[in-house]
Formats: sequence, structure tokens, C-alpha cells
Amino acid sequence: MAISRLSSRSNTFLKPAITALHSPIRRHVSTDTSPITIETAVPFTSHLCESPSRSVETSSEEILAFFRDMARMRRMEIAADSLYKAKLIRGFCHLYDGQEALAVGMEAAITKKDAIITSYRDHCTFIGRGGKLVDAFSELMGRKTGCSHGKGGSMHFYKKDASFYGGHGIVGAQIPLGCGLAFAQKYKKDEAVTFVLYGDGAANQGQLFEALNIAALWDLPAILVCENNHYGMGTATWRSAKSPAYFKRGDYVPGLKVDGMDALAVKQACKFAKEHALKNGPIILEMDTYRYHGHSMSDPGSTYRTRDEISGVRQVRDPIERVRKLLLSHDIATEKELKDMEKEIRKEVDDAVAQAKESPVPDSSELFTNMYVKDCGVESFGADRKDLKVTLP
Amino acid sequence: MAALLGRSCRKLGFLSSGHGARRSVSTETGKSLNLYSAINQALHIALDSDPRSFVFGEDVGFGGVFRCTTGLAERFGKNRVFNTPLCEQGIVGFGIGLAAMGNRAIVEIQFADYIYPAFDQIVNEAAKFRYRSGNQFNCGGLTIRAPYGAVGHGGHYHSQSPEAFFCHVPGIKVVIPRSPREAKGLLLSCIRDPNPVVFFEPKWLYRQAVEEVPEHDYMIPLSEAEVIREGNDITLVGWGAQLTIMEQACLEAEKEGISCELIDLKTLLPWDKETVEASVKKTGRLLISHEAPITGGFGAEISATILERCFLKLEAPVSRICGLDTPFPLVFEPFYMPTKNKILDAIKTTVNY
Repeated sequence: MAISRLSSRSNTFLKPAITALHSPIRRHVSTDTSPITIETAVPFTSHLCESPSRSVETSSEEILAFFRDMARMRRMEIAADSLYKAKLIRGFCHLYDGQEALAVGMEAAITKKDAIITSYRDHCTFIGRGGKLVDAFSELMGRKTGCSHGKGGSMHFYKKDASFYGGHGIVGAQIPLGCGLAFAQKYKKDEAVTFVLYGDGAANQGQLFEALNIAALWDLPAILVCENNHYGMGTATWRSAKSPAYFKRGDYVPGLKVDGMDALAVKQACKFAKEHALKNGPIILEMDTYRYHGHSMSDPGSTYRTRDEISGVRQVRDPIERVRKLLLSHDIATEKELKDMEKEIRKEVDDAVAQAKESPVPDSSELFTNMYVKDCGVESFGADRKDLKVTLP
Repeated sequence: MAALLGRSCRKLGFLSSGHGARRSVSTETGKSLNLYSAINQALHIALDSDPRSFVFGEDVGFGGVFRCTTGLAERFGKNRVFNTPLCEQGIVGFGIGLAAMGNRAIVEIQFADYIYPAFDQIVNEAAKFRYRSGNQFNCGGLTIRAPYGAVGHGGHYHSQSPEAFFCHVPGIKVVIPRSPREAKGLLLSCIRDPNPVVFFEPKWLYRQAVEEVPEHDYMIPLSEAEVIREGNDITLVGWGAQLTIMEQACLEAEKEGISCELIDLKTLLPWDKETVEASVKKTGRLLISHEAPITGGFGAEISATILERCFLKLEAPVSRICGLDTPFPLVFEPFYMPTKNKILDAIKTTVNY
């Protein structure tokens, strides 16, 4: 739990009594933007650089937004779970619940000009980048109105106008790609950075080290974020990595270890990393996080870890509960207000699901579109070149 | 969805392997096993019979994501059956090194779609090792196993059929079994073959295909194709899971009076040209079917070779019913796949040419 030190400015109305619940002069669910400073529960550990301060500048509005966004993401993932079990979502579905703090904390520190690229656990990252719930559900169910027009599915969400480069199936392949994005940003003098997300499993891919070398050599504004949820599918980190200190594996690249379940710590680290990357080149952020679901919907998630472990993390480190406690202890909202907010979000998600269910499946001609650019005149052949023959658009 | 319904015909149990003097295991009985159990048995036998053999890959320790390696770590120990980190290039390279020291390295790549980081190792290292060292060294003990092929909902990265890429590499062998009994015998042959082999297992059949598999150690020879159904009007050539679909098409064609000869290639590189040639010289027509996209697929090689050898005997152009020239799609899988009806259509067109 965070030890809070309220800034004096924001509390001129209220008496210091925390029992504001009973006070006749009550604050509304706060949209106060005056600064609050909160200290992170866990300190940062650094490699080859200074740690950022544990005191995070935030505001009531921001913390409330964290709560709302994380609750929305959590609800979306749970809805996706039910849809998968109802066979409305087919294929593979990798859920992010438990890791929401990463998505919202990162967004709080950056702009939509900064790029994000990740692997297949991308639903919440998409929402964080401003994606709409109905677009996400449509894509999951393979409908035309999905963010990738129904052709990508769960693992391939993209959002160009928010610089979200997706959504990749082969782990580790997105890392050199992300460094390329960073190079383009540096070249265009955008003052923007790229956050390249990968997991503890992918951290053993050779591509990561190739990309790190290039990024460091050319001082690219690339921030490599290792989402360490401690299990690469079913393999614990201590079984797959000689050095599970992923933030140190960059060797000559500085790194920071962050409590990934604390949205404020994530925000602080990303802010620090962005400043660093723009001045000094690449940096690694290791986010210590946890996923409640298994690797994917085909994985019960309990054959390689105990149910006690999962419920233990849920009780002690859950990102949404943490923010809820903050909101309550700082008197930014009451329990009832938060519960009402969650009810609203639930309805929002249900409405989005219903709307997505109504949308049509893409037309079969879409099978051949977007392979090449127009006017290549390439023909795509079907069986024996007679019946099914299409000149690609 | 339609693909599911079409494929559910496979649940009726595996269609029996037909007549053919070559196969002595064909009439033996054994236990009823599915594909992953047959492969598991083969691995148990391989590790038992050669103390210098190893099985490794991602998640093989607990049995693997398809349960092919169940029980191996418990029986042979963690020094011979072990998990690797997530690095295909590293895994295969490591396997080549182990094989170069005279061991049998049985490598598992979790899905054939993930084999590409290891492509350089396979093509440039494994395939050419014996050649460039003038036979001083070799990595013949290397066998790479990977599940391949469509599964109904696999999408872009869990359904690919990359066999054509590997058939283009002199120096390795490519083998694809069609059923549990075949898989066990072929895998044992691959492991014991003194050349590096890539063994693709049709993942759709892991649970769906059930057959009587003899319990003892037996090997099915490589580079020998098998005529699994005899006929006179047209020759069909395929491998792996696609053969069940082709067999269904043959049955339907028979109702219309067309007698089809179906050949299981088994080994794609080096492939049994003689058997296919003899068959086409008898029937005069050829149809090839595979899940991989048609352009540059292995069917093209078969077509060109048969054309060279049987030109004057051919009554109709060689027909290829394959996947479409698109990335393996998500929702469009039923359109993409070479289904029974597409094959039946082509059989009729070819016969009536």
C-alpha cells in the first residue's frame, strides 16, 4: 500500500478528518487536477543508471482515470473469456488481466505520437491507446468492424492513428521491428520514442540481443519493456533463464526494475525512460507483473503454479484494488461511487459485446485483399487454376 | 465452421491402409493408439535402444503441448530429456552440435510456424555439414520434429505447412506420416537414418486419428511411397492429413464410376519417383493435393518430374488442388483449404478432359 502525503493545496475545504464520509460537505467524485504526490510501495532497482524518485506526481483525476481504465480492461478480458468459452471467439486468445497497470501507467507517461509495439497479449494495450471496446470485440470475433477488419483476430490488433503497431504472433520478432520504428522517429526528429514490449519467454530470443546492440550503437530512442509475468507459457523464469534479472541483460544498456502492478510506479518509470531514451539512447524496463489467466484460453494456468499463488497475488498485489484503496484513503471517491462506476463499466462492456455480435463477418473476397499493393496485377490461384482465380486488387 | 464439419469425418477413425505387398506391418495388430501416443511410443523406443539419444525442445519435459513426449523425462532422466528456453535458432544449432559428436539429437520445434528462426541452421549448417567437411563430420543424428498443418482455427501462426521450403535443400530429408502406425515406424526410421531429417507431424491428427499400432520396435523405410488404394483412371498423390480428405474424394468418385489410385508419398525429399511414375503410366492422369499454397508448393516439383517421365502417357494436364496463394487465413479457412469437393471436381474434370 502506498504511503500518501497529500499536498496541502488540494484540501482547503475538507477538515483533516478522514471520516469525510459522514461530513456534510462532500467532494464529488473528483476531477481535481491539482497535484498529489504519492510514494511507490516498492523502490526501483537500476542498472547503469540513476533510479527515478519514488515520489510520483499525480492528481485525483489521474488516479480515478487509472481506476476506470483498468476496470474497463479487466471487464473486457473477463467478457472475452466467456465469449471464448461460448465459442464466439475462436483460435487463440491470450488475456491480460492482472497486468492492466502496465497499460494504463504507460499511457499516462506518453503521448499518442510515441509508438508502442507488443506481441500477442495486446487487447488491453489496444484499449489503452484509445481503441474502442466494440472494435476490440469485433476483431476477437472475426467481424468486419474489427480493428483489423476481422482478418487478424486476437493476436493482431493495430491502431495506426495512435501509433500502436500491434499485435505479433512470433515472440521476439517485434523487437528488431520496434527498434526500426525508433530509428525512424529519431531520423524525423519527432521527439517521440518507441516502447517495445516483450515477455520473459521472448527475452531468450537471439533477436533481442541483436536489436539491443544496434539500438545502443546508434542511440535509438527505444525503450524495451520486459513484461515479466514470471511464466513463459508454462515455464517459470528460473527454469529458462540463467539470469532472470531481465533489466540487467542489456549489459551495456541501462535498465530499471519496476513494480508492474503499481500503475503509478509504471508511470514514473516510463516517464523517466522516455526522457532517458530521447537523450541517451535505449533503456530496458523490467516490469514485475502477473497474469491471472493461463498463457492462453487453452491453458488452465494451474498446472505449473498453485492456485494459492494466484489468489495470493490477487489479494496482495492486484492493481485495481491498489488504486481503489488509494482513492478511498485519499477521499477522492467513496466505495459506493466506485461500485457505481464499475457497474457502468460492466454495462458499457456488455453493450459493446452485443453490438459486436451484430456485426457481419467479412466478405469472402477479403481473403485476397491486402496481400500486395494495388496494380501489381498478380493473380491468386485457387484449386487447379480454373474456378477460383482472382487478380489481386 | 465448414472446415470443422468437413474435418469431423476424420473422427470416424482412421481409414485402413490398403493392400500393398511392401508393408509387413499392415496386417499386424496392436493397441489402438492415436497419433501422439504412437509418436510417444516411438520416442520411448528410440531413447531406450540408443543410450546416446536426447529429446529436447520447448516444454517437452512435462510431455509437450501435444503430449508427444509424455513420460520420457521420468523414464530417461532430465539429462536426456530436457526443456530449452524459447530460441528455435539456438535449439536447432545446439542439436546440430550434439549430433556432430555422434549423438542422436531429437529436437522438437513447438509449431512448424516457429521453425523459421532455425531455417539458417537447417539449410546452411545441417544440410551442408557432411558435404563441406568432405565427410569428416556430419550431423546425421539430428531429427527435427514439428507439428504442421491446419487445425480448424489455428490462424496465421498455428497452421502453416512449410514442407516446400525444406524440400528445396539437398542434404536433408523431409518425412510426413499419414497415420499413427505410419508415424511410429517412420519416426524410428528418421531417428536412425544417418542423415539430418525434418519430420512434420499433422497436428490435426494427434487426437483424431486412431489406429492399431504394433507395440514392438519396427521401422518403415524412407523414400518409399505407398499405394494405399488401387485404381485405374487417375493417380492421386498426397501426404499427411490431406490423404484422409483425398480418400473421401476417391470414395465419392468411385460412386460415379471413376477408379482412383491413391499414393502416400511419405518421404518428400528424396521422393519415390518410380512408384508415382509407374502409377501414372498405368492411369495416364495425375492429381496432387497439399495444404500449403499452390505456387511453389511441392506439388509443382512432382508435376514437373512426372511430366518429364510420362509425357506421352498423360491424357490430361497434371492437376494441383492446394491451398490458396494467401497467408493462412483466420476466418476464411474453409475457403482456403483444399476440400474434398474441390478435389472431386478436379478428378472429374481431369478424367473428362
